[in-house]
Amino acid sequence: MIELKNVSFKVSNEKETLEIIDNINLKIDDGKFTVITGPNGGGKSTIAKLIMGIEKPTSGRIYYNSQDITDLSITERAKLKIGYAFQQPPRFKGLTVRELLSLAHGSKLPVDECCSYLTNVGLCSKEYLNREVDTSLSGGEVKRIEIASIMARDLDVAIFDEPEAGIDLWSFSMLIETFKKMAKERKKSMVLISHQERIIKIADEIIVIADGKIRDRGETSEIFTKLLGEFDENCGFRGKAGK
Amino acid sequence: MKNIDEHMLQAVADMHSVPTGAYSIRKNGEGVSKNSTENIIIEQKKDKPGIDIFIKPGTKNESVHIPVIITETGIEEMVYNDFFVGEDADVMIVAGCGIHNSGDKKSEHDGIHRFHIGKNAKIKYVEKHYGEGEGTGENVLNPVTEIEMEENAYCEMEMVQIRGVDSTVRETTANLEKGAKLLILEKLMTHGKQYAKSNMVINLNGENSSAQIISRSVAKNDSEQIFYPRAVGNNVCRAHVQCDSIIMDDAKIRSIPEISANHCDAQIIHEAAIGKINNDQLIKLQTFGLSEEEAEEVIIQGFLK
Ligand SMILES: Nc1ncnc2c1ncn2[C@@H]1O[C@H](COP(=O)(O)OP(=O)(O)OP(=O)(O)O)[C@@H](O)[C@H]1O
Ligand SMILES: [Mg+2]
Repeated sequence: MIELKNVSFKVSNEKETLEIIDNINLKIDDGKFTVITGPNGGGKSTIAKLIMGIEKPTSGRIYYNSQDITDLSITERAKLKIGYAFQQPPRFKGLTVRELLSLAHGSKLPVDECCSYLTNVGLCSKEYLNREVDTSLSGGEVKRIEIASIMARDLDVAIFDEPEAGIDLWSFSMLIETFKKMAKERKKSMVLISHQERIIKIADEIIVIADGKIRDRGETSEIFTKLLGEFDENCGFRGKAGK
Repeated sequence: MKNIDEHMLQAVADMHSVPTGAYSIRKNGEGVSKNSTENIIIEQKKDKPGIDIFIKPGTKNESVHIPVIITETGIEEMVYNDFFVGEDADVMIVAGCGIHNSGDKKSEHDGIHRFHIGKNAKIKYVEKHYGEGEGTGENVLNPVTEIEMEENAYCEMEMVQIRGVDSTVRETTANLEKGAKLLILEKLMTHGKQYAKSNMVINLNGENSSAQIISRSVAKNDSEQIFYPRAVGNNVCRAHVQCDSIIMDDAKIRSIPEISANHCDAQIIHEAAIGKINNDQLIKLQTFGLSEEEAEEVIIQGFLK
């Protein structure tokens, strides 16, 4: 279980202090499929980075199975089996898809295992195994390889940041099936940051983050209908811009 | 052969045993063994240190290994090697120099390699420079490479220096005739207080000649690197020079590109970039459980591959 206790994340520049995450309290239970959604800039990716250790809270503590991990490095948290698929994954010159997946896995992956991870994200595996994860890959390809790399890891908590972004309809269907399968196994806690109805619908629980705060949270059936209602009210959800 | 010798030969020329085909091994200032084949003849120079390598026209799928190793401290030498590659030949040449310096004196190898590549001939040249040793003596390597390419000749060169060379000044000159094609891949990593400089002049003299120069380097600690590649287009030609460097710690890198055209159909491009290791890459690998140092190593290995 991951628990955020009174976590805030502030950044200051010369002019002002921005409260990106504003005193959040949050528990993510084991074996659950949780979706985090909410408007752009609301703080979703920041929460993921705080859990992974990429950003450190300016106040508050983060616990993992009741161990205080606030001061642990990224590497140490990775070793506790926490993983994070980036919203915008980096590319690597000179590193092949197979090498990257092997690094994620922790040891050299056999070809067939590598292929099955790639197939799960809708990539025709044979063609990709020996390709470099460099600028020659398309955006959607890099994104899917990123997701595959998280699947190649043995994780207890897997966070996927907008896995649907930039992915075509065919691969997306494949991905949904894969997530459903992973959710069914319930071996790990899955946290998906998403704006996609089809992903949101398969979650056990939805957390809505806006303005650095938890705006709403609850079982999917309940929150999802509520969200749909908000869109009907002329985008009240997105703020006042549309009025 | 002693252990050190074997290890050095492997490091600089991927030699695990005596190579098949033509070879010449030079150790501590003198030739220790050599072998010619029917098509590739290696002769000791009479007037100065070094060898002449004659590759008969039409020789295909053969290789020449000419590694140099220095295992005594205080050896300083200047060696002249000339390659005469006959028309239509297609061969692989493996050179390289390894210094194991366990003393306190400077060890230096200055190799002057001249290539005369005949019409339609093709060569692939691989050169690795490597230094090691527990001594305080400097390891110095100053290679000079001159390449003359006749009509439609093709030359691919890979020059690698990854470890243990304290000081190196590399001078490379190439003259390309009609349709000749040159590809140079330079890989360099410096650490400690090492110094490396690479000057290069590529003259594209013939119609439709082309050159591609790729330089990838990593400078760590207090080391210093200077690149000065020059591509000169004197005819209808194409050249692409690309220098990419990763800078770390307190290292210094200077990249001084020069492209010049003396013909209105010369197309010459230069790209150069110096930068730190990308932070997102580092973080990504750390989220896989690698330490920061391990992550750096993976990124550098990939970059230099
Ligand atoms: N290091 C930082 N410095 C300044 N501003 C930051 C920093 N990190 C995040 N922000 C700001 O905090 C807000 C939340 O960012 P975050 O990336 O968490 O949003 P998000 O909910 O993931 O949005 P999206 O749906 O667009 O991905 C944004 O307004 C962003 O510009
Ligand atoms: Mg985001």
